[in-house]
Amino acid sequence: MDAILKHTPLANLHVTLGGRMVEFGGWQMPVQYQGIIQEHHAVRKAAGIFDISHMGEVFVSGPNATRFLNGILTNDVSLLRDGEGQYTLMLNEKGGVIDDLLCYRLSPNLYLLVVNASMIEEDVAWLHAHLGDGVTLSNESDSWAGFAIQGPLSANIVSEALGNPPQLPQRNEILSTEQPAGKVLVSRTGYTGEDGFEWFCPANQAVFWWERLLSIGKAAGLVPCGLGCRDTLRLEVGYPLNGSDLSPSKTPLEAGLSFFVKLEKGPFIGRDRLLEQKAHGTQTRLMGLIMEGKTPPPRSHYTIFHEDVAVAETTSGSLSPSLETGIAMAYLPIGLTQPGTRVELDIRGKRFPAVVSKRPMYRPSTTSKL
Amino acid sequence: MNIPNDLLFASTHEWLRRENNIATVGITDHAQHELTDVVYVELPAIGTSVEAGQQICVVESVKAASDIYSPTSGVVEAVNEALSSDPALINTDPHGNGWIFKLKLADNADLSALKTPAQYAEQLGQA
Repeated sequence: MDAILKHTPLANLHVTLGGRMVEFGGWQMPVQYQGIIQEHHAVRKAAGIFDISHMGEVFVSGPNATRFLNGILTNDVSLLRDGEGQYTLMLNEKGGVIDDLLCYRLSPNLYLLVVNASMIEEDVAWLHAHLGDGVTLSNESDSWAGFAIQGPLSANIVSEALGNPPQLPQRNEILSTEQPAGKVLVSRTGYTGEDGFEWFCPANQAVFWWERLLSIGKAAGLVPCGLGCRDTLRLEVGYPLNGSDLSPSKTPLEAGLSFFVKLEKGPFIGRDRLLEQKAHGTQTRLMGLIMEGKTPPPRSHYTIFHEDVAVAETTSGSLSPSLETGIAMAYLPIGLTQPGTRVELDIRGKRFPAVVSKRPMYRPSTTSKL
Repeated sequence: MNIPNDLLFASTHEWLRRENNIATVGITDHAQHELTDVVYVELPAIGTSVEAGQQICVVESVKAASDIYSPTSGVVEAVNEALSSDPALINTDPHGNGWIFKLKLADNADLSALKTPAQYAEQLGQA
């Protein structure tokens, strides 16, 4: 089993730190160190550091890079200036989601795409299949490590690790810097809803930077965090997880991500379907659900009932450590998407009450938009 | 892992403490450690009749729901209501305040199939 799993450069360090290793999308990753709930609260109140080296780094360059990306991604790449990034989606011909990703412009003809770990090969194949003249792809996923430093205290920690630069990147910006230990790319992005950063460095520098960041942040409460709380944190703020909440059969309009779709920018793959959906309205929409009272934690694929009729199933679910109640997401029929609508979840044959909610279900103190 | 001397164990990581014809049941320190933060316990109904090895209730952590099996045969006589408001008792005191239910042992209940502390330690590879 282990032989076919991929390891990040920090795999041995995670074990030393007490990380509980699990399989995730073909990778061996820590699900937790001290405990999911404890790590969750650390990120909401202080700061946490996550290994995201499994994620993919794909560089797109050349004189036609902007045009190429604008034909294959939903957001408008031409709005980016050097050092800026945007959340965006890659769709199939039917408008369904292949992947959600961040696209950064590093220089006028050089972009960095940060993609989901389990989708690296598929994304790169899709990009290659649509590649035109004047564009070069470089999948450098194996040579880069990445961490996310997230939480209200993360800016101080990152600033000190970078030698206190005059200015840190602002929301969605990316800083490219040469440190004594080598090249570092630091963006102000994340998957937790808190202020935070994502830090990319050559794989052979990963252990150095992880230990440096931890030693700087330790006194302030920075703790290593696993994928377990990464999931509870993102679910509370209603960020979708590809493969669960996003799929090739659901469009970004159904997923409530129209802010990241620029239909007016011109043709891109999947746009025809989205125009049609925009004109006629969607049948379903991804909504939040908040359980009422003490219930078992909801999980994915639980059936949702409305007035005794099965209407949908959950795409994600968990206990929310911040709200101390169960939360979930589901594509609900449009008629049931009004916040406050009462539904029931079937959990092992018993029905438990839940209320439809806007996303996010929980609003952090240092709220940031995707 | 803590393996108290006065308990018997099922290979599925439940413990049993016998007092006359009543058996108190919970999950072991090893089990709670593997499950991580327990956030919900679906207690069995009082009066439920179970056979040894039968699934009887569910313990949920943040990440997963796990079935709990009755280590022996009997009728559920009491359940630990404290777990409804504080399921983490299973993590903090698995062999004490984190008990889950009490069984009135069936006449044919056979505890000889359960493991001694030494045998359970061996199963965990910490003999």
